Amino acid sequence: MDFSIVSILLLDGLTNGAVYALMGLCTVLVFSVTRVIFIPQGEFVAYGALTLAIFQTGRVPGTVWLLLIMATLVALLDARLHWQQHRNAVGALAAAARSLAIPAAICALSVWAAPQQFGLLVQAALSVAIVTAFGPMVYRLAYQSLADASSLVLLIVSVGVHFAMTGLGLLFFGAEGYRNPTFWDVRINLGPVLLKGQVIIIGAATLALMVLMWQFFSRTLYGKALQATAINRLGARLMGVSTIGAGRATFAMAALIGALSGLLIGPTTTVFYDSGFLIGLKGFVAAVMGGLQSFPVAAIGAVCVGLVESFGSFWASAFKEVIVFTLVLPVLVWRSLSHGQSEEH
Amino acid sequence: MQVLKSLATSLAALALCAPALADITIGVSLPLTGPASGLGIPANNEIKLWPTTIAGEKLKVVVLDDATDPTTGIKNAKRFVTDDKVDVIIGSVATPVAIPIAGVAAESETVQLMLSPAELPAGKDAWTFRMPQSNSVMAHAIVAHMKKQGIKTVGFLGYTDAYGESWLRDFTPEAEKNGIKVIAAERFARADTSVTAQALKLVSANPDAMLIVASGSGAAMPHKAIVERDFKGKIYQTHAAASRDLVRVGGKDVEGAFVVSGPAVVADQLPDSHPSKKVALSFIVPYEKAYGAGSRNQFAAHAFDAFLVLEKAVPMALKKAKPGTREFRAALRDAFETMGRTVVAHGVLNWTHDDHWGYTLETGVILKVVNGDWKVE
Repeated sequence: MDFSIVSILLLDGLTNGAVYALMGLCTVLVFSVTRVIFIPQGEFVAYGALTLAIFQTGRVPGTVWLLLIMATLVALLDARLHWQQHRNAVGALAAAARSLAIPAAICALSVWAAPQQFGLLVQAALSVAIVTAFGPMVYRLAYQSLADASSLVLLIVSVGVHFAMTGLGLLFFGAEGYRNPTFWDVRINLGPVLLKGQVIIIGAATLALMVLMWQFFSRTLYGKALQATAINRLGARLMGVSTIGAGRATFAMAALIGALSGLLIGPTTTVFYDSGFLIGLKGFVAAVMGGLQSFPVAAIGAVCVGLVESFGSFWASAFKEVIVFTLVLPVLVWRSLSHGQSEEH
Repeated sequence: MQVLKSLATSLAALALCAPALADITIGVSLPLTGPASGLGIPANNEIKLWPTTIAGEKLKVVVLDDATDPTTGIKNAKRFVTDDKVDVIIGSVATPVAIPIAGVAAESETVQLMLSPAELPAGKDAWTFRMPQSNSVMAHAIVAHMKKQGIKTVGFLGYTDAYGESWLRDFTPEAEKNGIKVIAAERFARADTSVTAQALKLVSANPDAMLIVASGSGAAMPHKAIVERDFKGKIYQTHAAASRDLVRVGGKDVEGAFVVSGPAVVADQLPDSHPSKKVALSFIVPYEKAYGAGSRNQFAAHAFDAFLVLEKAVPMALKKAKPGTREFRAALRDAFETMGRTVVAHGVLNWTHDDHWGYTLETGVILKVVNGDWKVE
């Protein structure tokens, strides 16, 4: 164990920690706004990376068709809701068209663009668009009608959504993994550490996303509305903030960040259809460290998870996961001792 | 009275139908989902190409997904023996699932054709026959090759599951016999986002060669990580990695890697004198016709071989008993143990009462990745 080994492990831990931090932030965000413990967060990572991988082969990813099917279901549900409330056929059709328009446009664009083999960046943008569109649909189909149910019910629904998304992932992408081409093929030697372009991108993108989120929540009206919902749902609703709208927006953000994370790690590891779960789970460990409410603590916790994982793999690779997930125990003990009993909601 | 009459008629009808129940029933439990689905799906693809009869008897194949989950595997196996009354259980491809299924097979006295090279405690494999080469047969081929290359020390990087562990257990003594030492052993899981730390530790131990124990595209990431750490020695991969996916995901980093494999996947490169060449080609040609050029793989070949051995053993067992009975199952087991030398796509099998592995030591073929393709060494 000398300086060069420590520095390589540090870099590796920070790189992974950055992605876990994004997962952790999403988990905190989704939980605080909608009270959903969003287990399938990691699935967006796998979907993002694998959708790009399929685009790379010049085929239309299965996620496109899934998006279309989900959009149709959402449109039918929205039309029915409108009909029940207003008894107005034209209005119902308009509501359906509104829900269907954006996903359908994304699907059409993807089907057209897939065989053209555009550049990597265009395909990456398309992949992000497809996966981001999943966010609000998942909320609409799985959670919206249960918005007032207990956290436990929402958690159980999350488990169901996770299994459904993993299974569909296997159907669309197959059992074998993919590795995406790197976005920036540069190698810088800093002493013993080899700094690769993709690692720089991961670090920069994570920082940029965090700053953007911070600005979004503190500066924009929309962000403040989300924050208000997170602090007090009923109060926010009385002030005219749509909790449904807030839920959809939150899930869209979670899906967006998930898809971006997928693009970030796609070139550094082999991504399988079920790779997302463990990534999301490590983000969840970080989110728990932040008590599912503090963004900065979750981010710091994620970096800790990344570092522990990296050093744990070096010293005792057979027990790596055990070490990482045992981390959560002292945190839970400390939290329950320092915060006392909180009321069950 | 009317009721009685119809009851009698239906009973009579049932009795007439009875011979149909004597079809040969095969229960197949494969990981069609979950971490080992990359192994289970191709095996299932081959089973879809099986003929519908065996030795003139109709063949009924029940395929269930075990989701790479030992509990589901046991459930499937119990369903096979209690509900479907199968004559043979095939599966699983995943070692952690295949082991508990062997327990059910032994308890119910049903022959299990295991598609994974799982180690069982002595006496527990009385009803289990393995289709893949044992890890020690494959380790023998790797060690022989290493010896020729003058390798003295080896670093081990394997899955943290039964497959990785059993390789380490089989490889270490075989290597030591030949003066090769395993100087570092690290583990990883398929879905890990990084194996940098493990690769770092192994490379800093500075062995002459690395042995990576992983399957399919999961074998590419550790390989790349080791190459990235500027490892200059030789890198070996096991037979679970002998698929196109290694090259597809690994790209130029896996160039020059040595992969041990059964003869089935490289049949066209084998000399005509190789006993398995003809059989292996009769596996590859229809399979690639159905699933595309280059789709051949280790696991589909095991499923192909399973049918071959059944084709030889079933007529022997049919002479003694009727399918669907306990006697038939026992006769089938005896047939497997006494049928002698059997040429299959993956080598030459010779199961005996004491040896349910059966492959001869010459089975393993070392392939080298050259220009993204296999080349027999």
